[in-house]
Amino acid sequence: MMTASTVFLWFFGGLIPLCAMAYWLARGKALNQSLASGKRLHSLPGFYGLYAAVWLALPAMGAGVLFSLLHMFHIMDVPAVMLLATALFLGAAGLWLGLRHIHAEFRARQAVEKIMRGVLFGAATISILTTLGIVLSVIFESVRFFHVISFWDFITGTKWQPDTAFLIGAGRGSEGVAPPLFGSVPIFAGTFMITGIAMLVAVPVGLFAAIYMSEYASHKARGRLKPMLEILAGIPTVVYGFFAAITISPLVVEIANAIGFEASYTNALAPGLIMGVMIIPFMSSLSDDVIKAVPQDMRDGSMALGATKSETIRHIVLPAAFPGIVSAFLLSISRAIGETMIVVMAAGLRPNLTMNPLEGMTTVTVKIVEALTGDQEFDSAFTLAAFALGLVLLMLTLVLNIVSTIVVRKFKQRYE
Amino acid sequence: MSDAPLHPLLQINPRQRRRARADFRFKLYGLGALLFALTFLVFFFADIIDKGLPAFQQAEILAQVEYSEAAVNNYNKAVDRKLVKLISRSWTRTIPMMLKAHPEMVGTSSEQWVLADYHVDQYLKGHDGHNLKKKYQAQVDRLYKEGKIRLAFNTGFFNSGDSKMPENAGILASAIGSVMVLLLTMLFAVPIGVMTAIYLEEFAPDNRFTQLIEVNINNLAAIPSILYGLLGLAIFINFMGVPRSSALAGGLTLALMTLPIIIIATRASLRSVPESIREAAYGLGASTLQTTWHHVLPLAMPGILTGSIIGLAQAMGETAPLLIIGMMAYIPEAPHSILEATTVLPAQVYTWSSESIRAFEERTAAGIMVLLAVLLTLNAVAVRLRNRSQQTW
Repeated sequence: MMTASTVFLWFFGGLIPLCAMAYWLARGKALNQSLASGKRLHSLPGFYGLYAAVWLALPAMGAGVLFSLLHMFHIMDVPAVMLLATALFLGAAGLWLGLRHIHAEFRARQAVEKIMRGVLFGAATISILTTLGIVLSVIFESVRFFHVISFWDFITGTKWQPDTAFLIGAGRGSEGVAPPLFGSVPIFAGTFMITGIAMLVAVPVGLFAAIYMSEYASHKARGRLKPMLEILAGIPTVVYGFFAAITISPLVVEIANAIGFEASYTNALAPGLIMGVMIIPFMSSLSDDVIKAVPQDMRDGSMALGATKSETIRHIVLPAAFPGIVSAFLLSISRAIGETMIVVMAAGLRPNLTMNPLEGMTTVTVKIVEALTGDQEFDSAFTLAAFALGLVLLMLTLVLNIVSTIVVRKFKQRYE
Repeated sequence: MSDAPLHPLLQINPRQRRRARADFRFKLYGLGALLFALTFLVFFFADIIDKGLPAFQQAEILAQVEYSEAAVNNYNKAVDRKLVKLISRSWTRTIPMMLKAHPEMVGTSSEQWVLADYHVDQYLKGHDGHNLKKKYQAQVDRLYKEGKIRLAFNTGFFNSGDSKMPENAGILASAIGSVMVLLLTMLFAVPIGVMTAIYLEEFAPDNRFTQLIEVNINNLAAIPSILYGLLGLAIFINFMGVPRSSALAGGLTLALMTLPIIIIATRASLRSVPESIREAAYGLGASTLQTTWHHVLPLAMPGILTGSIIGLAQAMGETAPLLIIGMMAYIPEAPHSILEATTVLPAQVYTWSSESIRAFEERTAAGIMVLLAVLLTLNAVAVRLRNRSQQTW
């Protein structure tokens, strides 16, 4: 019995030298034909070789893909030897057909380019398939979730108590057991609270950093400062999460105690602050781009009328760049809402409907991770809830992204 | 000199002074924002290094090891009874296995440096919460003075996998997992990303479908990474039957996540190649494919490489989607194939950070230091490449 990876290895290990062989065979045939018939080749000899190689590779790979699909969906289990033999046979048949086409006047270049174009197009559709995959997988499982829990209860409920969901999932009756509650309001409240705190850090710092770098800093200083800000963007979120949980959270608790407040170790402030720092480079580089896109004439005009530099920036540059800054703001929000590791490590697990950032609260992403990393049955409402939350998350980010795209397009039209 | 009255036009009136001050303040805000970010950076690195540096040293004890008959069955008999509690069980329990593999060693003895228990290690490093019992503290102090306990470079951290005993936990398994996942990501994402970008920039007709792809790619770049985890779970694992927590599942998921980054960078790079190059090639009779392959692509290569490195660095630091597809399991051994359960460095950092034993904290920080060193190097290479290849046409 061969493992999947050995089959894979054999398949490609065999395919590549065979393709090379087909290439040289067809190239030689085309050159011989041209010599024998005295006609000039239509295309460069290499194209005839490529043509034959493609004729060999496509049927062979088609067979490979077909058998893998059959295997994946448990329709039929084909022995590895048979798979390889079929692929070899189909490849040889393809090569034979391809070689028959080859003569001196055959338009090999056009044929090869048509195929290449198809391959490139195929690659481009993968991005569409990815989106489709995300949307479908989220919607599919969400629909199953909303069969059990009403959509309205999910959107407006204020209590998230899914603990009994697995009993129902296991088929045991619900007598004597409180029904599971999936009210997502406290979860979204926590998400927005942490996002809000992050924005309070990221927007002023990011915006002012962008203003300083594009309007005040010398070219040299800019070249030094920008990479340093980019380091912040290159730090993995799991590292920010560790830092928030181990260093910042206890610090927040200490400071809160010192000034007479009570703070939980899973407070919303610590992940919010760190998330804000994480978003600073994102916010600043997006704002930097739009500030630089404001035409220099407008600045010169303002300065010529006697405005100081800061007056020019505040009254001319920023209003002109405003749509772009709004779009940067919206994209930053979508970043913050979807951020996972920082909140998983530093925020709480308990849904908590409160306005106090010093209390522990939880977020959408935390609940998704919690639901899918436990050892619950995949079919229980508890796990499916993750997909429902994911659906809402997807909708939120898509809307934010589309709005920001529209806003920024309006902005670009104004100055281009 | 300064007493001489200025010409009225040169005098600064209060209003102007106020405006000048506001101007200065505004500049200070900008500087303050940058200073805030840089201070954070310094504080952050100092904190991580402060926490992680001790983990690169590990306590070892000089012990007389007796490979006696008794030790074959009871490994605690191999060392002096007074020392047994101080020595890591992760080391002593390997003795019977070793003796069974090498029967000729039975009856010999040797004095050697062996791994100490994590309580001893933490106590020696002066960490709070070392939880070493009082009676052992005195013993450790004495042994330390006699030079029979030392802090040596922690090679185990680099050449062993995860363990439930902090003194024995290392990053090898997760580092190998990271390399495997990253190679798979590269294998899927780079060719498909570059081909998509070539299609969109050089071949695609300007129609509805092309626009749909373009809008779609921009949206994909903004989708939170955790949703890619949901995709991986639903499509790759539940639908296609790729083994859970395998490198293949992780590589495919991260490849889809990295794809838009590579596409966007490659397109920008292709666009920066001037039209005159293409027209010169067309003028000599080259087809679109030949023009792209022979002329445009080589010129765009540095930009494509930069974008790919940045995208892969991001994939390497990503954790959230990998948690969803189950890559946070306890993996003490490096995987042998892409279908076996694997863990990656960031996921290892995450699992260590949620351990209750305090001694794991320094390991977590040390793991972070290794991760950051790799990622910052990758990013620096990318920036270097970008700066060096910035060509003005």
